[in-house]
Amino acid sequence: MRSKFQSGTSSKQWYLWACAGFVLSAFLGAAHAQQTLSIVTSFPTDLTAVYKKAFEAKNPGVTVEILSRGTSAAIAYVREAPAGNKPDIFWASAPDAFEVLAAEKLLQKFEGANKDVPARIGSYPINDPQGYYYGQALAGYGIMWNTRYLKANKLPEPKEWADLVKPVYFNHVSISSPSRSGTTHLTIETILQGEGWSKGWNQVLALSGNMAAITERSFSVPEGVNNGQYGLGVVIDFFGLSAKASGFPVEFVYPSVTAIVPANIGLIANAKNAELGKKFISFALSEEGQLLLLHPRISRLPVLPSVYAKTPPGFPNPFSGKIKPKVNFDSAMSQSRYYLVNSLYDQTITFRHKELAAATKAIHAATAKLTGRKNAQAEKLLGEARELAFTPLVSEEKAKEKEFLALYSTTKRDALQAKQLTGLEEYWSRSARANYLKAAELANQAAALAR
Amino acid sequence: MPPRAISAAPVAVALLIAAFLVVFLIVPVGTVIYVAFTHQDGGFTLQHFGSFFQLSLMRESFWNSLYVAALSVVFASLIALPLAYFTVRFQFRGALLIQTLGVLPLIMPPFVGAVAMQLIFGRSGSVNLLLGEWFGVSLPIMDGLNGVIFVEALHYFPFILMNLVVALSNIDSAMEESAQNLGASGMRLFRRIVFPLAMPGYVAGASLVFVKVFDDLGTPLVLHQTNMLAPQAYLRITSIGIEDPVGYVISVLMIGFSLFALWASALALRGRDYATLQRGGSSLGKRELAPWQSALAYGWIVLVLLLVLSPHIGILLLSFAKVWSFSVVPDSFTLQHYVSVAQDSPRMIWNTVLYCGLAALLDVVLGTAIAYLILRSRLPLRQSLDFMASAALAIPGVVLAIGYLRTFRGVELPFTDELLTSSWILLMLAYTIRRLPYALRSCVAALQQLHVSLEEAAENLGAGKRRTIQRIVVPLMAGGILAGFITSFMTAAVELSATIMLTTSQTDAPMSYGIYLYMQSAAGRGPGAALGVLAVLIVALGTYLSHRFLRSRAAALDQQI
Repeated sequence: MRSKFQSGTSSKQWYLWACAGFVLSAFLGAAHAQQTLSIVTSFPTDLTAVYKKAFEAKNPGVTVEILSRGTSAAIAYVREAPAGNKPDIFWASAPDAFEVLAAEKLLQKFEGANKDVPARIGSYPINDPQGYYYGQALAGYGIMWNTRYLKANKLPEPKEWADLVKPVYFNHVSISSPSRSGTTHLTIETILQGEGWSKGWNQVLALSGNMAAITERSFSVPEGVNNGQYGLGVVIDFFGLSAKASGFPVEFVYPSVTAIVPANIGLIANAKNAELGKKFISFALSEEGQLLLLHPRISRLPVLPSVYAKTPPGFPNPFSGKIKPKVNFDSAMSQSRYYLVNSLYDQTITFRHKELAAATKAIHAATAKLTGRKNAQAEKLLGEARELAFTPLVSEEKAKEKEFLALYSTTKRDALQAKQLTGLEEYWSRSARANYLKAAELANQAAALAR
Repeated sequence: MPPRAISAAPVAVALLIAAFLVVFLIVPVGTVIYVAFTHQDGGFTLQHFGSFFQLSLMRESFWNSLYVAALSVVFASLIALPLAYFTVRFQFRGALLIQTLGVLPLIMPPFVGAVAMQLIFGRSGSVNLLLGEWFGVSLPIMDGLNGVIFVEALHYFPFILMNLVVALSNIDSAMEESAQNLGASGMRLFRRIVFPLAMPGYVAGASLVFVKVFDDLGTPLVLHQTNMLAPQAYLRITSIGIEDPVGYVISVLMIGFSLFALWASALALRGRDYATLQRGGSSLGKRELAPWQSALAYGWIVLVLLLVLSPHIGILLLSFAKVWSFSVVPDSFTLQHYVSVAQDSPRMIWNTVLYCGLAALLDVVLGTAIAYLILRSRLPLRQSLDFMASAALAIPGVVLAIGYLRTFRGVELPFTDELLTSSWILLMLAYTIRRLPYALRSCVAALQQLHVSLEEAAENLGAGKRRTIQRIVVPLMAGGILAGFITSFMTAAVELSATIMLTTSQTDAPMSYGIYLYMQSAAGRGPGAALGVLAVLIVALGTYLSHRFLRSRAAALDQQI
């Protein structure tokens, strides 16, 4: 470097500046070298900033580093970081993400449970029975809406997922793609498990056809509802609760097909700073750490029942038995088809949303025309249109086949398999498009017959 | 300059620079291209491209990206053309306004603008709420790809405006007068004479806009338009993993398109000879505006000004808004967001200053060195340095980032066990490489304007090469160097494409990433907006100071000579 500065380029001033810069950066590097705990998380800064501050205040000399990633990107990050340089803690909502990590041996067991946390919520174990990860907060899935938007557009308040399928909500709802958001993945899985594969997909497709937007990250949904871009959104409970607590004119409801599942925290295998990681997890599970969840910008349901004595009025308590989740979430099943569900949703819904929405619109229009009239042929056409638009391209039997699922669980660099997969995705995408176009056409025919 | 034996020092410098460019530009980009064309066991294959084009999603993304980039150029031109024409062609006092217009959009990252634009022009934005109330209609300005085009056109039109103003003012008035003598006037005069003569400037600006829009990742992400190439590359690499071949195929295509746009602009300039014989004497005659024309011109300027200012106003309102929901303006105001930003993220502000400052510093050092080597030395292959450094212009941020992640995977920083890919140094180097072309052009221009006789005079008076450079060349180039520094710094401070992929932890994150992160909140985007306002202020302050410094410096130099 020295010769470069001397001979070619610049005056002493530049040289000094450069030196100062590098000395400074070296200094910063040194400051870094104190104890650092790194946490990969899908949680918003609203939450992580509070925990970071509290933990650093309690443990002088410790720096908490937050690595923000969407859930699936976080999994990819942990997988790809070389051993010895992996982050210490994985902290996210989706239990199935932890199942994926545990299955790939990326998590590390340790005894750190808070004994006062009950073993189960409903029939769902709060802590991983094998001890790979712990429930840190509870989460249910539901619908949030902007009260001003609903009033201005004269929309009724929804109660159930099935309500969102109704024509009045067309183009007013939003959801994020399950492949990008762990929480939506859980919501979709919950519907699929609650209603069964075929009926569940039927509902998911009809629901998605009504969407105004399918967003890239889960945060975009509450944000869109908050500022009134969308009237309603399919969200995890704390999105609705924290928005409401922050003063936005929004409401949130748990439909009956919901599952209350823990949002988890786990120690990553070969963590750089395992001891510190354990300490943080114990802190997050302690009464002190649990109380932080009640901060208005966080508004999450604690796993520690005693904390509910201090909740603000109107705050839901899952231990009181008032929210009655109908679904017993099976995370092993969810994990086995994690990539399948995501890919199927993306190929047939996210990326073909324009066509699906058009078909849904045509079906709504035809249904409106046919109400109160008897026209067998039109009814039949409309039925066919519904069938085409809202039937999943993968049957329940196929979704259980081991070989089929195995296609998704291997690394994608294998060119042959990659080709097989892209071929399959392309087939879905193309068939979905053709089906939606055809469905719209049939619905239009049905509407024309009704005249 | 007399021919002389090649001495050791320039060679060493040239080699150092070349090594730097090879390691941090050529190899990573080469890796990306290599991976896109190789089979898993190392053989050459086109299979990945096959599977790319087999996916209709990818084909759609491809066309969408093309469509958005092309239409953004069209709309940016529609905004910029009249403005440029007014300034050069007519006597009127709005020139300063137009100059301001040219800078305002550039100091705000386009993805921050996108957030604000949604609040103002979105489905339930201020404008549509008012329109709905008054006329019962709503404009789908921000729906789908429209939104991306709208935001990008408003953000990047200054590139066309500035290039066009320069080009127009360089036209010799004799050309226009001849045309008028031959009977051309009005629109015909503009279409057949003035615009073709200004073509090189226009094409230069337009191709820059095309490349920028094609490369932009933040805006489509914020507006949820994922069916475009840059977002797809980002999504594939971050969610499927660094091994996913499709991500590399997209990267190669993006490089291809950037190169194509730059080549097309070079071709447009080369194909015809636009040189006018006389220069400098008199430029286009300035006419007085008739009252109605003047009203029209001011009307247009005010409209554009309002559009250009809308993201700034929106973000400012949002940063002070307690709750802004389904209403034309926020319900109530608070300072809370600034307080929480000041508490949680002073580090990010510092990071931006540190990374962008270091990157810009490296840029001007490299730029000055390369400029000197090209213009003042006789090293063989010296032009290849210029070529390599300028090639960075064609490399999208996403692609460079993917290249870095792949090339430096598992590489540890010396003396620590920290990974290079998870340290901020890589991000700083990505900024350096990406902004080097700008800095280089300023430095080359500055050195070109410096007559070699000044250096010869110094050497005749006994100064050595090094002393001449220190005491004569660099001080006289200072204006250009500073301009290069500022351009690099400003554009690096608001870049997100590479940032979003190379930033690992929040502690090491620059402001642009911080803004993106804060925008991902269910409890309101206030803190993100507050950070955005601070970023705009920092960049604006930097620009203003450099303008002032440049002016006083120029004045001082004038007095000296």
